[in-house]
Amino acid sequence: MCTGCGPAITARITLKALQKPTIIVNATGCLEVATTIYPDTAWKVPWVHTLFENASAVASGIEASLQKEGKADAVDIVAFGGDGGTFDIGIQALSGALERKHDFTYICYDNEAYMNTGIQRSGATPYGAATTTTPAGSKIPGKTDAKKDLIGICVAHGVEYAATASVAYWNDYITKVRRATAIKGPAVIHVLAPCPLGWRFETSETITLARLAVQTRYFPLYEVENGKYKLSMKIPKPVPFEEFLKPQGRFRHLFAPEFTKDLEELRRQVEHNWNRIAQLCGEAPMQIASSTSQPIA
Amino acid sequence: MSKTISQKIVGMNGDEAVAFAAKQARVDVVAAYPITPQTIIVERFSDYVANGEVDTRFVCVESEHSALSACVGSSLVGSRVFTATSSQGLALMHEVLYLASGLRTPIVMAVANRALSAPINIHNDHSDMMGSRDCGWIQIYAENAQEAYDWTIQAFRIAEDHKVSLPVTVNLDGFTISHAMEGVAVLEDDRVSAFLGKRNPIYKLDTTNPMTFGPLTLPDYYTEFKRQQVEAMKNAPPVIASVTEEFEEISGRQYSKLSAFDMEDVDAAVICMGSVAGTARTVAAKMRQKGKRVGVVKLWQYRPFPTKEVAQVLSKAKSVGVIDRAISFGAPYGALCSDIASTKVLTGIQTKIFNVICGLGGRDIKPSDIEGIFETALRQAGGAEIDDPVTFMGVRA
Repeated sequence: MCTGCGPAITARITLKALQKPTIIVNATGCLEVATTIYPDTAWKVPWVHTLFENASAVASGIEASLQKEGKADAVDIVAFGGDGGTFDIGIQALSGALERKHDFTYICYDNEAYMNTGIQRSGATPYGAATTTTPAGSKIPGKTDAKKDLIGICVAHGVEYAATASVAYWNDYITKVRRATAIKGPAVIHVLAPCPLGWRFETSETITLARLAVQTRYFPLYEVENGKYKLSMKIPKPVPFEEFLKPQGRFRHLFAPEFTKDLEELRRQVEHNWNRIAQLCGEAPMQIASSTSQPIA
Repeated sequence: MSKTISQKIVGMNGDEAVAFAAKQARVDVVAAYPITPQTIIVERFSDYVANGEVDTRFVCVESEHSALSACVGSSLVGSRVFTATSSQGLALMHEVLYLASGLRTPIVMAVANRALSAPINIHNDHSDMMGSRDCGWIQIYAENAQEAYDWTIQAFRIAEDHKVSLPVTVNLDGFTISHAMEGVAVLEDDRVSAFLGKRNPIYKLDTTNPMTFGPLTLPDYYTEFKRQQVEAMKNAPPVIASVTEEFEEISGRQYSKLSAFDMEDVDAAVICMGSVAGTARTVAAKMRQKGKRVGVVKLWQYRPFPTKEVAQVLSKAKSVGVIDRAISFGAPYGALCSDIASTKVLTGIQTKIFNVICGLGGRDIKPSDIEGIFETALRQAGGAEIDDPVTFMGVRA
């Protein structure tokens, strides 16, 4: 995989966190392509890749078989999908598997675009980000739609456990993987996994960016257990929002004077999302810090 | 029929017969989605599950794409797996069909054949399966509920044989077979269990012996993977032969690659697949009584295509009308007729052929239609020229 690859770090931490015998189902994407070029494989656990959109369905079948064999409790089934394979093309299969309550853990490694095919926008790409299908043109400043609320969608299915995580906070992530796999039934973890190539930042800065995403409140870390939201990190003194954006080429155009309102729109969306999550977690709403507006609290 | 073996006769339609066969096969997992005219299969199987008559995990998925995907997952764990679909459902499965064969998962799937949209039509033709003809599955066509039952049982043995390890579709004409009640001779449960045994997978997703399935394979190895599928297809006919032989011993019913009716001493013939074969035989028998030398060939095994056997039987006739129940748009012939034309080229048989495309979207193929095909074939056999090598029977001008 690429130097500084966030999804690679996600996979490594996940496998460290898992404790039981494990079967991995991998949707098509960078993680699958880069780890299994025949006749080599990077996987020391049973692993299967089939298609882009069906990881949850394949996991459903595996789980049904293990149930039949009476082995379901002894084995963890983990499905990996990127944001394209989860937010977009795989959302139906995921929805079905969650509704049917298969005992598996779905991990979405979110690098906020279709990176394997060359940085095209997905339902996880944030407002204003430049991708090859939402380029920063002279008229349109990157993506004009907001990021989907994946965890909200999953929670609406009544999943017992859902959480967000960041590769920068590996201990938090490991705890979440263990909680997710411990419960009976489906669980979902949405991990922010920066992509140096797609986000256009220095390969040495992956963890810094993943941390800044949390510290600026761009990507809130939280858990939802039986419908109850809980912030994993409260971020009382957020880092100014621009600190997360500035190292990334995909947001560079937002700092041009003609796109000031779009930068503000992204800030507004991030603030709205934080406050929505904070409210669900029983926290007071707060303003997202930027270099021009400081937080109230 | 080689011998008579006492069996219970049960009134079932084709779908029910298939569901009953899957029950007797003691499948571990069924993942399926409803679609007309297949739905009765999943409904009956759901009854078995709800009444505790089977020890099967039934995964009632949210689409056919997920149905077959779940089947692939289950099969890779080592389970015996069954599913069923029709028409748009098979089309939605299209990319998963190639996965099932490429990953060598011995899934058995019944396809209650139905036309494809647009315009939407729920009735029978073979457009669905022909649209996925090259998906790497063994493809069997049944003529009636009895055959659908018998082939479904045999399909598990064929699919799971280590020399084959390929998925199998058992095709039954939508409504004509799927919904038509017949007396079906059924085997005792124990006989089916003994005949099928337990599945013994060669490779599986196993936490004690980790393996990688479905890796990225680049130009340096991709062709070898595909070549192995070709070899598996080549291995299938002798396996099918021994399975049908053994099945005959327990059932008294004889199956093969194809069935020839009155094909000795013949001038003209019809070759077809599925339920129309019954009509064709009835018509042929009547025409024989009038001194017309006509016969019928029904193909059971469409993939792998039994080129040698087809050539052998068709070579006896001077002219053969080939019935296709699907269009291959822009192609010189319909799909079956293309295969017959290839057979002629490969084997050098001199039999003349013409193609009749009929029975689309459930349009009835009447005895008089079949008689018309025989008359054309007899004319061609007598040396007359055929105006059009491909005709659409009974279509409005």
